[in-house]
Order: sequence, then C-alpha cells, then structure tokens
Amino acid sequence: MIATQLPPAPAKTETPNQVSVRCANVTKTFGAGRTAVRALRGVNLDIRAGELMMLVGPSGCGKTTLISVIAGVLSRDGGDCSVLGRDYIRMSTDATTEFRGRNIGFVFQAWNLIPALTAVENVSVPLIINGIRRRDAIARAAEILFKVGFDDRMMQSFPPDLSGGQQQRIAIARSLVHDPRLIVCDEPTSALDSETGHKVVQLMRTLAVGKDRALLVVTHDARIFEFADRIAQMDDGVIKRVFDSPEEMKVEG
Amino acid sequence: MNFIAIKMLLGDRAKYIGIVIGLTFASFLLTWPSALFTGVMKRTFSFVTDVGLPDIWVVDPQAQYIEDVKPLRDTEVLRVRGTEGVQWAVGLYKGMLRARMDDGTFQNCTVVGLDDATLIGGPPKMVAGELADLRQADSVIVDETGARGKLAKKQPDGRRVPLKIGDTLELNDHRCIVVGICRITQTFQNVPVLYTTYSRATTIAPQERKLLSFVIAKAKPGTDVSALCQRIGRLGLRAYTPYEFKKLTFWYFLKYTGMPINFLTVVTLGFIVGIAISGQTFYNFTLDNLRYFGTLKAMGTTNRKLLRMISLQAAEVGAIGYGLGVGAASAWGGFLSGRTQIAFSLPWPLLLVSASAVLVICIGAAAVSIRKVMKLEPAMVFRS
Ligand SMILES: Nc1ncnc2c1ncn2[C@@H]1O[C@H](COP(=O)(O)OP(=O)(O)OP(=O)(O)O)[C@@H](O)[C@H]1O
Ligand SMILES: [Mg+2]
Repeated sequence: MIATQLPPAPAKTETPNQVSVRCANVTKTFGAGRTAVRALRGVNLDIRAGELMMLVGPSGCGKTTLISVIAGVLSRDGGDCSVLGRDYIRMSTDATTEFRGRNIGFVFQAWNLIPALTAVENVSVPLIINGIRRRDAIARAAEILFKVGFDDRMMQSFPPDLSGGQQQRIAIARSLVHDPRLIVCDEPTSALDSETGHKVVQLMRTLAVGKDRALLVVTHDARIFEFADRIAQMDDGVIKRVFDSPEEMKVEG
Repeated sequence: MNFIAIKMLLGDRAKYIGIVIGLTFASFLLTWPSALFTGVMKRTFSFVTDVGLPDIWVVDPQAQYIEDVKPLRDTEVLRVRGTEGVQWAVGLYKGMLRARMDDGTFQNCTVVGLDDATLIGGPPKMVAGELADLRQADSVIVDETGARGKLAKKQPDGRRVPLKIGDTLELNDHRCIVVGICRITQTFQNVPVLYTTYSRATTIAPQERKLLSFVIAKAKPGTDVSALCQRIGRLGLRAYTPYEFKKLTFWYFLKYTGMPINFLTVVTLGFIVGIAISGQTFYNFTLDNLRYFGTLKAMGTTNRKLLRMISLQAAEVGAIGYGLGVGAASAWGGFLSGRTQIAFSLPWPLLLVSASAVLVICIGAAAVSIRKVMKLEPAMVFRS
C-alpha cells in the first residue's frame, strides 16, 4: 500500500463528557402562517462519542431535518444544540462551512459522488477541501478505498460504471478519509438491495465506529438495526424514546 | 479544488463542446467584422501611410479628410519652405483622372504627381522599374493591383493581360508610357493609382487655377513639430502631423459614413450570440452540477472557493473559445488576403479588445452561475 506522510490532522474541538451531540428542545419550522410545517417540535437527544446511533420513525416525522440541523447544513429556530462542543448559531457561515469540512463526514442516500471524478479522486475530495495537496490526498484516499475492498482498477473507475453497493462504499470511504468526529448518514441503504445494504452497514460498523467518533444513521431498514448501539425513535417532530440496544427495541417495539 | 473544477467541466463532453463552440462563434463574430472594419479604416488613410517621409502635411483649412482635396496655390510651397524650422517642403498633386482603355471604356484612376526634382512621396515599394524612371518623358508608374486588375489589357479572346513596362495608356487624352510597377497599401476607393511627376500631372489634369493638393514638409532636427504646425497655420493654411491627419480622416469616416453602424450591428450580434449560446449553456452546466456543488458545500467548501472554481471553469472555456475564434478569424483573413482584395487587419490592440469582450461574456455567464451556487442551501444534499 502507498505510505504517505500526512500533514498533522487539523485541531479538533474538545467534547466535554464524551458527548458528541447534545440537542435540547430543538425546533424548526418550514414556511410561515397557514402553510407552516413544524418539522421539529422540541427535540431532545444526546449522541455519545464512540457510538452508532440510529434514528428511526415514520416518513415525514423530521429525521432528515434533524440530521441537517446536527450536521450544520440547516439552521434551527430554537432550543440548544451543541455539536462537538460548538454551537453553529454563534459561528459565521464560513466558519460553519469550514467546521463541517474538518469535523463531519457525510453519507447520502443518493451517494452524491461526482461522476467526472474517479473513485479515488472522489474519496480525496474532503482532504482537498481541507487544503491537503492533491498527491497526498489521493494516496490517503487509496488507502481507505483499499480497506473497503477496492483494487487499483476499481479505484480508477468512474462512479457511473460501478454498482450501487460499490458506489456506497466509495461514499463511506469519502465520509471517513479526513477522520471526522461525527458522521451523518441519511438512509444509506435505501437505494441498495437488502443483502448489499447489510454488508455496507457492516462495513461502516467496523471501519467508522471509533473511540472519538459518533455515527448518526437515519434508516427505515429494520434489517440493519442490529448494528446500532442505540436507537432513537422519532415521531411527529420529537424523539419519543431512545432504546439502549437493538434487543431492547425488538422486545418492546 | 482546481482539478475538481476542470474535471467537472470536462466531464460533460456535450455541454463543454457546446460552451466552447458558443464562445468560438462569439469571438469570431466579434473579431471578424472588427478586423474588416480596421482594415477598411486603415485604407482610408493609406496614402498618408505610404508617403512615409514628411513630418507635416499642409492642406487647406477646410479639408476634412485626406481625399477632400481643396487645391492650394503653387506659391504655398515656397511660403511653407520659408517657415522657420522647416528643413524641406515639396508639393504633391493628387487627383482623379480618367484613363481610356483599349476597348474604348474609361477607368477612373488616382494620379499622384511627385515633386519633379526630388520625387518625394513616391510609392513605398517598386515591383518593377525604378522611381527615377519617372524622369523619362510621358512616364507613369502603375500600382500592381491596378495593373493586374482594372487596367489590365483585354485580349480579343477575353483574357486579361496585366499592364507591364513599355505599355502605353491614355490619360485625359495624353499618351503615357508605363515605366514601372509599384506596390502600395490598398486604398479605400480601390481604383488604380498612377504615379508621375508634379509638372506632368498638372499638365495632364484639366486646367484649373489652383492644382497643388498638398505641401509635405520635414521639420529640422530638434524642432517642435506641433509648434511648427502652428506657425504654418498662421499662413492661412492647416498643418497636420501624419498621425493627426490620419485621425482626422478616421473620424470623418466614422461620423459621416454608414460603416460604424453596420460594424456595430454585426459586433452586437456576435456579443448577443456569445451570451445566448455560451451563457445559457454554461448556466445549464452549472444547474446540472448543482447537486455536486451542493455536496461540495455541505462537505465544507466555502462560497469563496466555489466562486473560484466556477470562475476557473469560465476562464477555461473563455480562453479556448477565444483562441479558436480568433485563430479562425485570422486564418480565414490570411487566406482571403492572399487571394482577394479584402481589407483585413488584426493589430494587437484589436486582439485585446476582443479578448476583453469575450471576458465580459464569460464574466456575465459565470456571474449568473455563481449567484445560483452562492445561494445554494447545503441542506439540499439530503433531499433527493
Ligand atoms: N425545505 C422544506 N420546506 C418545507 N417543508 C419541508 C422542508 N423540508 C422538510 N419539510 C417538511 O418537514 C417535515 C419533515 O420532513 P423530513 O424530511 O425531515 O422528514 P423525514 O423524517 O426525513 O421523512 P422521510 O422518512 O420521508 O425522509 C415534512 O412534513 C416535510 O414535508
Ligand atoms: Mg428523510
């Protein structure tokens, strides 16, 4: 494998008490007046460093809205929300953007890989965004892709030429490559058949979960619940319950 | 981020080619008429360009441009010569005379009469014969284009044989002998140009009270030319430096002919085509890639960096489109210049101007795209 000397990782924000994300009474309303949609009606949720938390609930209950707020791509209306010890409301737009670039990894339902870039170039993007030289970024990206099972030829392939499972593995590699402290995934398996989806989450479980890193995965897919440390159940804009293990949810849900 | 921007741009072949073709078209449509316009404008003052020697052109104060000859008295040469700071001054005749062709038709010709003693004001380049041959009786020198074209002798079988040394032609009922062929800068009127001596020209020309067209003069070394022009002006004449005389002519043609309107129409058309095709396609390209710009933004790319990416993309297509468009224009112009009498001139200031115009198109196209991407909410990445 290619061995490269990476520049020192950018300084990370300190997290008190090993809590990565702390949301208290978070609200978000879309629109105003008669057509207003109260997507979040007072969300309380803690996510701990080192855990894989799944967020489940019926369609339209506000899951995507909540992870958007937590990931800093959408502003909340009220309540408190600290992510890795920082509060986006006190940060400028550019500071928030740069914070996301350093600290957050994204996995999207539709993968959102840039079709004009090869697999390895796609994975290098978060490093490039963080100002790392292209050659070093590509080398580091290749290491991670190797871990998700890519050979040299596949690394040079373009995403549209690869299967859904392979594309999602590129997306996972991309979410990990800059060693972020929070990874958010919205429905990472919904575009995959169940077997492939299962494998992909397994991969995430083994590669992404780490001492310092929290994972928040939104899903409908009951077959992947087993990979969760805890499961938060959401309904109508609030968190109804947090199960401490998949087994607990199976018994009670 | 630069390589990402370029790869995104090249990734969509069809759109990329569309944008480049649009800009190539625009550059061509901007450059081509401008080069023709410049060429034509240069022809309006080609006579001053060709008579390279004098510092000063003296004309009647009423003259509005080079061809607007208002004859002076012959004695004005002596008055100019007597002005302080003048090294030498000679007269020059320029007029339109009719040449009778062998087949009985007439052809208008510009006749230039040079100072008998010095022959100053002659053509810039002789192709055959010598300027000094004008000292022979009844001699004229004919310009190459005229000799090959309008003055060529028609044969009974319809072929046209160029006029050559030794041939004769009849000017205003005076028989003249061709003693040389010269090459001159193409003129605006595009009629044959004949050179002869001042005294012969004024003999051939219909008799009028005054026949002197210009006095051309050289300032003594170290003389302030504009001050000298003013001194000559006090004689009741008007003196211009060659540059001023060209400028006067240039502005006259700008103001009093339809050329600028035609020219501006075509150039505006090029501009609009450029904006319409390239701007639209570029914007479509950005819209197609909005999802990826949003992804980059969510993953931590600041607006400043996105702006740089889009600007780079616009600059890339702009540079290539400009290069192809200007390249095509100058290749086509060069091709036609060698074969026709097309007025084509592409000096570097013109290249600069059309480059700026293409830059404006690119900035315009990029600005709309940049605005769109700046306003993009990164939250869109979670919506499919
Ligand atoms: N940008 C928006 N403008 C207006 N309404 C919105 C917007 N985004 C979300 N909503 C509304 O907010 C509510 C919550 O939406 P959200 O996407 O968070 O639900 P979800 O739990 O992710 O649903 P799904 O499981 O279908 O993805 C929905 O009623 C939705 O219509
Ligand atoms: Mg959703």
